[in-house]
Amino acid sequence: MSIWIHEDSKVLIQGITGKQGTFHGTMMDEYQTNVVGGVTPGKGGQIVELPNKNVPVFNTVTEGLEKTNADVSVIYVPAKFAAAAIIEAADAFDKNGGGLIVCITEGIPILDMIRAVAKVDGYPNVRLIGPNCPGIITPGDNGGCKVGIMPGFIHAKGRIGIVSKSGTLTYEAVAQTMSVNEGQSTCVGIGGDPVNGTGFIDCLSAFEADPQTEAIVMIGEIGGSAEEEAAEWASKNMSKPIVGFVAGSTAPPGKRMGHAGAIISGGKGTAEEKFAAFEEAGIYVARDPSEIGNVLVKALKDAGLR
Amino acid sequence: MNIHEYQGKTLFKQAGVKVQNGIHCKTVLEALSAYDNLDSKIVAVKSQIHAGGRGKGNLYDQKTGDLVMEGGVKIAFSRDDVETYSSNIIGRKLVTKQTGPEGKIVNNLYIEAGCSIVHEYYLALLVDREAKSVLIMASTEGGVDIEEVAENTPEAIHKIWTHPVDGLNEKDAEQMADKLGLSGDSKKDLVSMLISLSTMFVERDCSMIEINPLVRSESGEMIALDAKVSFDDNASYRHPWMDEMRDHSEEEEVEIRAHEHGLSYVKLDGNIGCLVNGAGLAMASMDVIKLYGGEPANFLDIGGGATRESITTAFGIILEDDNVEGILVNIFGGIIQCDMVARSVIEASNELGLEVPLVVRFSGTNHVEGKLVLDNCDLDVHTASTLSEGAAKIVELTRGEE
Repeated sequence: MSIWIHEDSKVLIQGITGKQGTFHGTMMDEYQTNVVGGVTPGKGGQIVELPNKNVPVFNTVTEGLEKTNADVSVIYVPAKFAAAAIIEAADAFDKNGGGLIVCITEGIPILDMIRAVAKVDGYPNVRLIGPNCPGIITPGDNGGCKVGIMPGFIHAKGRIGIVSKSGTLTYEAVAQTMSVNEGQSTCVGIGGDPVNGTGFIDCLSAFEADPQTEAIVMIGEIGGSAEEEAAEWASKNMSKPIVGFVAGSTAPPGKRMGHAGAIISGGKGTAEEKFAAFEEAGIYVARDPSEIGNVLVKALKDAGLR
Repeated sequence: MNIHEYQGKTLFKQAGVKVQNGIHCKTVLEALSAYDNLDSKIVAVKSQIHAGGRGKGNLYDQKTGDLVMEGGVKIAFSRDDVETYSSNIIGRKLVTKQTGPEGKIVNNLYIEAGCSIVHEYYLALLVDREAKSVLIMASTEGGVDIEEVAENTPEAIHKIWTHPVDGLNEKDAEQMADKLGLSGDSKKDLVSMLISLSTMFVERDCSMIEINPLVRSESGEMIALDAKVSFDDNASYRHPWMDEMRDHSEEEEVEIRAHEHGLSYVKLDGNIGCLVNGAGLAMASMDVIKLYGGEPANFLDIGGGATRESITTAFGIILEDDNVEGILVNIFGGIIQCDMVARSVIEASNELGLEVPLVVRFSGTNHVEGKLVLDNCDLDVHTASTLSEGAAKIVELTRGEE
């Protein structure tokens, strides 16, 4: 098992005829992801050639779901149309029994996201991951299901669940698990925007329930209080060991560090506070991302898992 | 994006929020004519910079560094006062709690009609990331540092949230007025102000509106005596007026230049320059440099779409900083290919005449090819396979320079 996506998940690509959509659709297909079609308004009826197969383009998500019965939709559309794309997918999935929306797009206006997230939250069977994230991947025996922009080849199937606010730092965490001969069950990039869909607690809760996952690596960054809340939640609800890292110890207050959400404001959201919350919750802390592998080994050994 | 108080008040007026009459000036002469036109014996002479704490800040001479005047916001009781204060403010450096010791040069002034204040309140609208909606926060403890109020008497801060689609509920606004102890016309004023501000927040894609102080006047009116407004840059495409309001002199030139090339750059005080792909990894690289006893000179995320040109620009920006004594390049290739970065780094180093030690760490897409390119070039470059190895190496090399 894995969380939210599995090797046979049927994936629709919103924005498939755009440069990003075509490029990443190709990479996803090369990783053996089951891409079943795409959506670009006004281009319905076209065919997109992927390395392993040709897939149809639909005018709307609703039509795409009717024809393909996809359970995942990944969004590569430009920022100004992205919130509308999320809402369209949410409405369509709700009518079709539910589904997962993964929004890769960065730079979406925050008030657009407030409206889009409110929409998604109104549908109990619809989940949103992102925006501004690398996506979600479940490695399989031969390729796997890759819904996003992460490099597929660095992953391998295994028992570690990874959840992270940042993109390349997720890859770093993956490489760290590989360096100690551990693969991944599912890796989720939740994105670093102030208002997004799936959060740390959703991921931890799903990993706790997933039989394949035996330990979790959680990567946070400065800003907000999601890490502190997740740590407190984990201390009460998680039996599986967690290894945590937080980026931004050296970031000065008031300066935005790339991600719209990565800012220490009013003295809140510092890395120190988050590390302290991790320690208090019994999370194994890595102060250096290059140590995640070693700390993970210790966590697994302590739990009698290695 | 931040704007000045005088610009914020123009927007307030358009939105139907009560403000005092005021005039934006750039010279002492303009300030005096503003005083003549305002028809108010008492006026406030207010420094306009993009930072808070102006009232308690100090003004210094740009050249000598001598203290010119205490307080960046002054109450003038006469025309002479206006002349004294405005000439002490214009062109001086204002240092406040929020500007840091380097301060900010004051190029703009706001002359505002005086107001008889009965009580000072605090009011703010901002995005609440946990609640995923717009939060309205108000307190009867206005005119002071709100962070201290939050720390010492959190019960004095009242909160309501707007609906993501329907906006502010009038009942909630009325409740807020009750919590602030307002009644009669003052209550009506506040309710209408909250509705106007929450509409403005959405229509103009604000990320924050802060009014400190919001005052109740002798006649019971609720008046915004301050206006701190900032906007969501991601929404600028649908607000052409944002460009007109932007004061470039308030922004770091190098950060703007970086932004134009798809780079995200923040200057810091250390001596080790960093060039990284991804915001989280860039922060982590700074953290690890510090962990090994070094000090990062900057945050720099080259982003997922970096090209040879943008990497050359990034190198140039790092080397412009005289404090830089070494550079750490840390790339985890995903979409970006390490060999492309390697060739760009060599090109940039040759073009710009690199004279400080360089450590490069590659992982991910084409990292083997990338390392090969570096190993076979004439440049004196050290390679590392992990972030900690790279950080340890650059810290050691910069120490050796001293």
